[in-house]
Amino acid sequence: MLSFILRRLLTVTPVALGVSIVCFSLVHLAEGDPLSSILPVDATQETIDAMRIAYGYDKPLPVQYALWLWKVLHGDLGTSIATGRPVLSEVGRAVVNSLILASVATLIGFTFGCLFGFVAGYFRDSVLDRAASAISVFGVSVPHYWLGMVLVIVFSAQLGWLPSTGAGPDGSGNWKPDLEHLRYIILPAITMSVIPMGVIARTVRALVGDILSQDFVGALRAKGLSEFGVFKHVVKNAAPTALAIMGLQLGYLLGGSILIETVFAWPGTGFLLNAAIFQRDLPLLQGAILVLAMFFVALNLIVDVVQTALDPRIERG
Amino acid sequence: MRALAERLRVGLVAAALASGGMMPAAWAQGTLRIGMTASDIPLTTGQADNGGEGMRFTGYTVYDALINWDLSSATKPSELVPGLASSWAVDATDKTKWIFTLRPGVTFHDGSPFTAESVVWNLDKLLKNDAPQFDPRQSAQGRSRIPGVASYRVVDPMTVEITTKAPDATLPYQIAWIMMSSPAQWEKLGKSWDAFAKTPSGTGPWKLTLFAPRERAEMAPNAEYWDKARVPKLDKLVLVPLPEANARVAALRSGQVDWIEAPPPDAVASLKGAGFSIVTNAYPHNWTWHLSRAEGSPWNDIRVRKAANLAVDREGMKEMLNGLMIPAEGFMPPGSAWFGSPTFKPTYDPEAAKKLLAEAGYGPNKPIVTKILIAPSGSGQMQPLPMNELIQQNLADIGIKVNFEVVEWNALINLWRAGSKADVSRGATGMNFSYFIQDPFTGFIRHLQCNLAAPNGTNWGHYCDPEMDKLFDQIRTTFDPVEQIKVLQKVHEKYVDEALFLMVAHDTNPRAMSSKVKGFVQAQNWYQDFSPITVGK
Repeated sequence: MLSFILRRLLTVTPVALGVSIVCFSLVHLAEGDPLSSILPVDATQETIDAMRIAYGYDKPLPVQYALWLWKVLHGDLGTSIATGRPVLSEVGRAVVNSLILASVATLIGFTFGCLFGFVAGYFRDSVLDRAASAISVFGVSVPHYWLGMVLVIVFSAQLGWLPSTGAGPDGSGNWKPDLEHLRYIILPAITMSVIPMGVIARTVRALVGDILSQDFVGALRAKGLSEFGVFKHVVKNAAPTALAIMGLQLGYLLGGSILIETVFAWPGTGFLLNAAIFQRDLPLLQGAILVLAMFFVALNLIVDVVQTALDPRIERG
Repeated sequence: MRALAERLRVGLVAAALASGGMMPAAWAQGTLRIGMTASDIPLTTGQADNGGEGMRFTGYTVYDALINWDLSSATKPSELVPGLASSWAVDATDKTKWIFTLRPGVTFHDGSPFTAESVVWNLDKLLKNDAPQFDPRQSAQGRSRIPGVASYRVVDPMTVEITTKAPDATLPYQIAWIMMSSPAQWEKLGKSWDAFAKTPSGTGPWKLTLFAPRERAEMAPNAEYWDKARVPKLDKLVLVPLPEANARVAALRSGQVDWIEAPPPDAVASLKGAGFSIVTNAYPHNWTWHLSRAEGSPWNDIRVRKAANLAVDREGMKEMLNGLMIPAEGFMPPGSAWFGSPTFKPTYDPEAAKKLLAEAGYGPNKPIVTKILIAPSGSGQMQPLPMNELIQQNLADIGIKVNFEVVEWNALINLWRAGSKADVSRGATGMNFSYFIQDPFTGFIRHLQCNLAAPNGTNWGHYCDPEMDKLFDQIRTTFDPVEQIKVLQKVHEKYVDEALFLMVAHDTNPRAMSSKVKGFVQAQNWYQDFSPITVGK
């Protein structure tokens, strides 16, 4: 097990380096000046040049990359051009907010995804299967943005039951899982959960169908095991794949859906990325993308390890 | 019972006023929550970023300039009024020297006094790179606003002298940009602008009490404000960044905010139907096509320029925007003090337009084919895609075939700085841009002065007319405000009569608000006064 983890860690290093190069260079491909967010539109060339030197944009790109990587390796993601605040604290705050939202959304998505998946898989080709499958197809195909707007129109604007924007009555600064804060999370979390719910439901349905058709299930039944006992075996066999999918979905959600977080003004990574893109805030963009990419790398690693622990038949290497 | 208690309270306050002659610190009438279009709280250290919206919400609220804008009237264009300087005058013998007499007894929010030293300290904050308090972020915002300033000095504790590079009668407009931050607070906070941003101190009518980046800022009234008429009546002002237009509408409709900036035009009818009011007014904003005067540009022919101006159906466009625009009658909005009496009226007259174009040698059989740069969105750009498409259609009707080169807003700004002759402008002969036109420099001079041709300045189209330059010089050397306005009118008349731009629209600065919001007067200005507002229960 230990050697497996070490081997995986070794393969992560070149991936991380590659990710850092892509993060750094991609944002430079876009047109526009990174300093335009802090300069008035009619700033003089002299002011623009002075700022370019002050922020180090006068240096060649490889030099900029080397300096950036050096700082990143020392835990410094630089300073946001638009706000002047450290990127690490900006991204850190946003990641925590997205983590809260993504966890709730994943919990909802995983619970209902598994429920619909097992029901559909167990009662294949029945009315229940069709209903559960319809819901999961809806989940995968409905545009987030549209669903969010509809929920806001119904539950905020019309009924006035739930708030439509923000992370809490006073922002996310003092976030705690009390009723007042949870009211703010309900609509964005439901909107966010429909895709993982759909994906998990479809995967679990296929898995359950597959497992139920295997010989060992027949053997279990022949041995007189109760249906619940069989069900437990099915769950155990389906769990590694379902967990892997859940891990990946959590990764996607952690990236914060730009659309959902913007619709609900949820101060997470998606909201941050949206602002950074529109303000051409390169350090913030690079820092945020790097942190999120690293999350993916780490999540994949964790999922691999957990899968191996759960199912020793998986021999990776 | 509640009514009785309320009457008793009012009676007691009235009695206290009558007996003691004391003004209450503030009337404490509710909390106003505003959904801004910015994606973050604008810079809070003094010189705000985020353009006009930044100055509106974290500039003119927490801070004052030596000269302020009068934001008290909705019916006439705003004028400059004494702010932290009670008076100012140019030296009678040396027109480059200005004396500013400061208002006595003004203190910053931290209690430290406002003096001539504070003014010099604040100008150094923007202009003197090696000053300890030099702040690149504020300098980026402020430095280019005071191009005329050469030097400055303390004459005595209540008098400052500012010297300009050349005689410059527009200095008061420039000085109205510069916000005064507290030197004592900056010292107290370990000389850190980052710390200052969280607990800023100015002299303005509002004190910042909470600063949650990207989420929220809260302000409380400054009961000690020097202009008693502008001591805020509210308990609290809350600013929430809501960059997405539909999210702003949802927040207003669900009662999370009481006021939103820039509601989308297609939400106006439903908001009105739900009992919200849409407040609009003219202000110095211009949505135009800046025309290139480089060699080979079809716009070098005045007949073509006039024809295009006569071809645009501005009323149709207004209808398309649900009324949220003012059809242009000139470069300045109608009613501007600088409008003057131009003879050319840019009305919708396609027949006259076709005739002019025919005189210039063009028509439906021999159309002008040209390229215009536009952006799909951008600050102050209103609804650029449908608006530009409408113009494209209108111009096609008379024989001008326009192809759009669509670039992203930040990229467009760079092309604007580069000028129409630059290769990056890709041979375009026009650019759709919206302008802040609140003072003589931003309103007129920067667009057309010969020596400001890009990339030296923002004369994108490389227009150069010695006669216009002479008028610009006159603006700078006419120190009598009444006479200066006459020169500004002449400039505007030349702008319109020679159809130097495609004059299309002015934004109406729309905001939607709950019926609980009372007392707001929407000034014809990019900035607004939140002091007289109250919010009912």
